[in-house]
Amino acid sequence: MTISKVTSHISPNEQLIFERSQTGRIGYRLPALDVDEVELSIPAEFRRDDDLEGMPEVSEVDVIRHFVRMSTWNYSIDIGMYPLGSCTMKYNSRLNERVARIAGFANLHPLTDEQDAQGALEVIYDLQQHLAEITGLPGVSLQPAAGAHGEMTGIMIIRAFLDARDGAAASHRRTMLIPDSAHGTNPASAHLSGFSVKTIRSTAEGLTDLDHLRELCAHGEVAGLMLTNPNTLGLFERNIKQICDIVHEAGGLVYMDGANMNALVGVARPGDMGVDVIHLNLHKTFSTPHGGGGPGCGPCCCTKELEPFLPVPRIVKSGDSVYRLDHDQPKSIGRVKAFFGNYGMMLRALSYTLTHGNDGLREATEAAVLNARYVAAGLVETYDKPFAGSPMHEVVFTDKKQSRKGVHTLDIAKRLIDYGFHPMTIYFPLIVQGAMLIEPTESVGRQELDQFVAAMKSIAVEAVEDPELVLNAPHNTRIGRLDEATAARKPVLRWKPSS
Amino acid sequence: MLEAIGLGSAEELFDSIPQELRLQRPLNTPAALSEIELLDNFEQTGARNAGARRISFLGGGAYSHYIPTIVDHIISRSEFFTAYTPYQPEISQGTLQTIFEFQTLVCQLTGMEVANASMYDGSTGLAEAVLMAERVTKRSKVVASTATHPQYLEVVRTYVQHAGIHLELVEFDEKTGQSWQALAEAIDDSTAALVVQSPNFFGCVEDLAALADAAHAKGALLVVAITEAMSLGLLRSPGACGADIVVAEGQSFGVPLSFGGPYVGLFATREKYARQIPGRLVGEAYDKQGRRGFVLTLATREQHIRREKATSNICTNEGLIALAATVYLETMGRRGIQEVAQQCAQKAAYAARAIAKLNGYSLPFSGPYFNEFVVRAPGKAMDLLVRLGKEKGIDGGIALSRFMPDRPNDFLVCVTETNSRGQIDALVEGLKTI
Repeated sequence: MTISKVTSHISPNEQLIFERSQTGRIGYRLPALDVDEVELSIPAEFRRDDDLEGMPEVSEVDVIRHFVRMSTWNYSIDIGMYPLGSCTMKYNSRLNERVARIAGFANLHPLTDEQDAQGALEVIYDLQQHLAEITGLPGVSLQPAAGAHGEMTGIMIIRAFLDARDGAAASHRRTMLIPDSAHGTNPASAHLSGFSVKTIRSTAEGLTDLDHLRELCAHGEVAGLMLTNPNTLGLFERNIKQICDIVHEAGGLVYMDGANMNALVGVARPGDMGVDVIHLNLHKTFSTPHGGGGPGCGPCCCTKELEPFLPVPRIVKSGDSVYRLDHDQPKSIGRVKAFFGNYGMMLRALSYTLTHGNDGLREATEAAVLNARYVAAGLVETYDKPFAGSPMHEVVFTDKKQSRKGVHTLDIAKRLIDYGFHPMTIYFPLIVQGAMLIEPTESVGRQELDQFVAAMKSIAVEAVEDPELVLNAPHNTRIGRLDEATAARKPVLRWKPSS
Repeated sequence: MLEAIGLGSAEELFDSIPQELRLQRPLNTPAALSEIELLDNFEQTGARNAGARRISFLGGGAYSHYIPTIVDHIISRSEFFTAYTPYQPEISQGTLQTIFEFQTLVCQLTGMEVANASMYDGSTGLAEAVLMAERVTKRSKVVASTATHPQYLEVVRTYVQHAGIHLELVEFDEKTGQSWQALAEAIDDSTAALVVQSPNFFGCVEDLAALADAAHAKGALLVVAITEAMSLGLLRSPGACGADIVVAEGQSFGVPLSFGGPYVGLFATREKYARQIPGRLVGEAYDKQGRRGFVLTLATREQHIRREKATSNICTNEGLIALAATVYLETMGRRGIQEVAQQCAQKAAYAARAIAKLNGYSLPFSGPYFNEFVVRAPGKAMDLLVRLGKEKGIDGGIALSRFMPDRPNDFLVCVTETNSRGQIDALVEGLKTI
């Protein structure tokens, strides 16, 4: 079987910019100062006296070559399949990028008077409406800057709601239930909102353990549940309605982590399942670019009942189609970010929604699930699949069969790089030993899926026949595996001039 | 493909979702648009933002600076903008080395020892700094000035409301527009941190060295927030003044206004607090053959390992915007940053002096300023500015009454290197005739 490679990893050398710097070199030109120079009001002791020593002095072409060379060391969606589970690495349309750069938006100051920013507010309002329809939850704020930020917002909303509903008695309701399969941001966000965390077990099937949930809910101090659905194992929590009922009967609310919403868009709505509040990741489900780790955008969507608690300002539309900022929300948790959030990402997400259309949004969901199923079927004979259930948009395997020969998940992931693919998410969720979480997304065709499956099968063969080959991977990259332990023990976090 | 996995229809893909929970109708969102229609729609919507076309003197946390053409070119490269967080260092060295350079540049500008890979923006960075000060000092009171950006204060209040931190506000001085004296006096033994913005919301530069001394004398930290990062090209760095944590909005460094985001938060501190920093950090590392590379490091602080005990719930940073700031800072370089800062300060001084000479107008604060200053108008600033926009096509500033109802006649003017002398003269002329 021949394996076709996606990338050759060109690897020119490139120093740090500081090591390239030459005294006196410049790469910019400003117009000459056109006002008469005066003595500034700033006294000498408030001014810099280091002449910014150490900052780079380089030409424009130096900068271009520097970044273009470094860029060639990156894998990216545009090079090939990027099957990072739970990260949803789908194609980022160039059209959305163009929309975000339209001068009427890009040059607009956030403190522009609202009557001079009607177009910008309309974009926010329209996207809010679309997200409300997609989630079945009518209250929407686009202010949070990322998934974890939206999550914090959602949990603070639950806290504010309970405090308003129960008054002083709410101080006894400070436990947040979180499944053992959850993303680490869940407990961190709960902690930031003043909740302590209790962990719910998963069943052998990979679903929330209802008996354990009932047991934890019996204590009376439950503020709510944070649940990802489909969960981080890629399985739909088919008892979701019952789960929500149990939590509601115990007086708590249900927060859904919407990281996996791309498996549901157009097919099912959290609001119809009994969920009270959810965050979305526009940088996953709605295809805004990940940018090497941000910027994201993490809208928060909630029920009518929770809407008064959303961050301010709200963007509302009055009868005469005038958009305005509503700051007068006394129950609001407050502001979570300056201005309106990551506005440029909202433009891109709205563009995604409008170019797909309602049928296209559903088609994307179908293709994402179909692709994951196809990979699951392709690898089930070769790798251990710990849960029998049919996966949604992502599927988890383990290294159980390969580890007998000393080849572990990390090694399989690194070897996949030699085959021209970005590795899958590894060692997450934490409850699965040696987890490999694969999410192909809708942005790959059958041919590439076949190549991926073939690569994985080939690595499984290598693990038996030539384990060293896998253990020392990757072989074709600019650098090999880095010594991360030493890096953490003696951290070097910035460049300094050599003495 | 359905056949290959033994299914008869697309609907069967969703068999694990109970029938009654499935949406039985198409989504009530618009039908698909073509590229031509979509661009036309957005161009028209964008055209309804009159503010984007005006001569502008708006600042207050977002600034209009010149952006070299190559910034957008580089951040538009697929390899950067369609990559994920660099969890696989062997195929992410481009992103990792860039962040290492970003961290270094932030340290150089702020005069600090360690910087992280960025925060969401300046406001959330400040909130994280306050939480960090509480962790470091194990004290619960935080004293901040009312001359801090009002929206930053709102964000801090939201973040600390369940964290057992008491936020105490002290008034700035009506005469100077500065707040360092009042802040220094408000400190006591339970104070975790003094929080000061400099230049502050009114554009006035604070005496950071005096504040650092006051804070350290009581065992508290000095947290410095900066909304106009370009000021670092001219002003003494907070690090040189003795600050313990510095947060800044990095939007001034090559990032378009874009109605408030995405921007990028800069976050820097002292080496001894490196393990208390929120967010991601990139460090140097070597492979078996001794080749230098870069990795995400000190991950044991972070939520995916520490869960509820993490230093922050933050997961993403602002990768691509941090890249934009890095490209900007390297292109402008040591000389460019200083020249831009000089031009901003000189042009602002020119504008302030000219406006102060107008009949009925004054500058209420005597403190030193960088590129923003408060003007007191003879009448309601809000009305004046609306007329200036409509009649002259100039956004002349931010009416402070939007944030502080007791200041009806005051407005905040910001001048940058992008404002020509002709524009400044037009503003002065406009104020005179309206």
